[in-house]
Amino acid sequence: MKKNLSYIDSVHRDGCIWNISVMLLLIAFPLTVAFLFGAAPDWGALLVGLIATAPMYWAVGVIETITFVPMLGAGGSYLSFVTGNISNLKLPCAINALEQNGVSASSEEGEIISTIAIATSSIVTTIIIIIGVVCIVPLTPILEAPVLEPAFAQMLPALFGGLGVAFVSKNWKIAVAPVVLMLVLFIFVPALNSSTVGIMVPVSVLFTIGVSRILYKRGVL
Amino acid sequence: MEFHVNHPILFAMTGFLVAVVLAQSVYFLVKALRRSKEIGMDQTKIKKTIQTAAVFTIAPAVSIVISVIALSKSLGLPLPWLRLSVVGSLSYEAIAAENAVSAMGLSLGKISSLTAQQFVNITLVMTISILVGIWLVPVIGKKLLSGMSNLGAKDAKWADIFQNAMFIGMISAFLGYVFCDISRLWAPVEGYSATSGLIPVCTMAVSALVMVVLGLLMRKPRLKWLGDYALPISLVLGMAAAIPITAWLA
Repeated sequence: MKKNLSYIDSVHRDGCIWNISVMLLLIAFPLTVAFLFGAAPDWGALLVGLIATAPMYWAVGVIETITFVPMLGAGGSYLSFVTGNISNLKLPCAINALEQNGVSASSEEGEIISTIAIATSSIVTTIIIIIGVVCIVPLTPILEAPVLEPAFAQMLPALFGGLGVAFVSKNWKIAVAPVVLMLVLFIFVPALNSSTVGIMVPVSVLFTIGVSRILYKRGVL
Repeated sequence: MEFHVNHPILFAMTGFLVAVVLAQSVYFLVKALRRSKEIGMDQTKIKKTIQTAAVFTIAPAVSIVISVIALSKSLGLPLPWLRLSVVGSLSYEAIAAENAVSAMGLSLGKISSLTAQQFVNITLVMTISILVGIWLVPVIGKKLLSGMSNLGAKDAKWADIFQNAMFIGMISAFLGYVFCDISRLWAPVEGYSATSGLIPVCTMAVSALVMVVLGLLMRKPRLKWLGDYALPISLVLGMAAAIPITAWLA
């Protein structure tokens, strides 16, 4: 029975085990601190803090899961939702790798390529953060140097400029309508900014799928 | 035991959790590499994929280190290290921490040193609020993805377009975001110059231009290797260009 498990099924099985284990360990962290230092949570304040924070992040979390899982593939999803930084790092990394290899995300090759790209990216990120933590004293003045600040403040535009050219030029018929819509919305709706771009991703994805369907049905694509 | 935000025990616990997450990444990498050999994928291409992903990740990862440093000033080092290695992001953690302490009648910037109880409350609020993706992927991931492969079985061409449409949709949202402050040109915002909204636009333009130039260069056989590093090169040059652009337009 075990040997008949396909690759993709075994990814799902292993992913479930890893993610649930990491989740339990994450919950254990504050509980262990509370136990070791004899400090029970302030329950009333905890409830208020959670009410202020959790509902919005839960809603965003559900939408992000539905939006990003089909793009990340199975292995990529289990990893990305543990290690985070999906739209600014893991997903661009996977998209670039698929593009570089000329494989479709929905094929088994695509699944493997995106898993390899996301796993590599996660490993490198984790190691760089470890180096940063170990060398925080000498690194802080360098990384917080005012001269470098604009470079890191503009990371997303620099990332999506390159990725946009690579991807939009190859799929320009699909891209025209969503790019125009998003430009108009972001320029003229003041509420749309860096903190609300996450909410616009699923809106834009749905819109693009809708437009593509119409174009496909009319034989334009 | 006397609590402080940089207690060695907190470092040890965080180190353990980070090691587990690292192990998960290595596990999935090895699993995918094995499968790639089994189905006879070109291993030189796989190697290149790993190199590109690693090089591309450096700049964004350094920016995560900067977030760890920023948060460590109020929360100590272990907690931001944990939160930004597992799921989190700077803006999310800052908001969650602020909500947690303000519920206790305090303000994060004004606390000189956190008590164990404040630390536990902050960590619980952060953890419980962010957990959704971690458990929801095991619950619905398989269904979502088998829906995708059913789509592929029914109409392979549409499935491909569908996949590209999702990528384009995401990229379009971020392209729109790059222009979000351009309205400062005609609707001034206090504290910002009118042209400051052009900074991200110009940065993006530089990065896009670099990508176009690389695309032309890599047509020459001798420079074909550039294709593997096109995205990291355009990212880093775009970020570097942001320094003079900001000085000029801010």
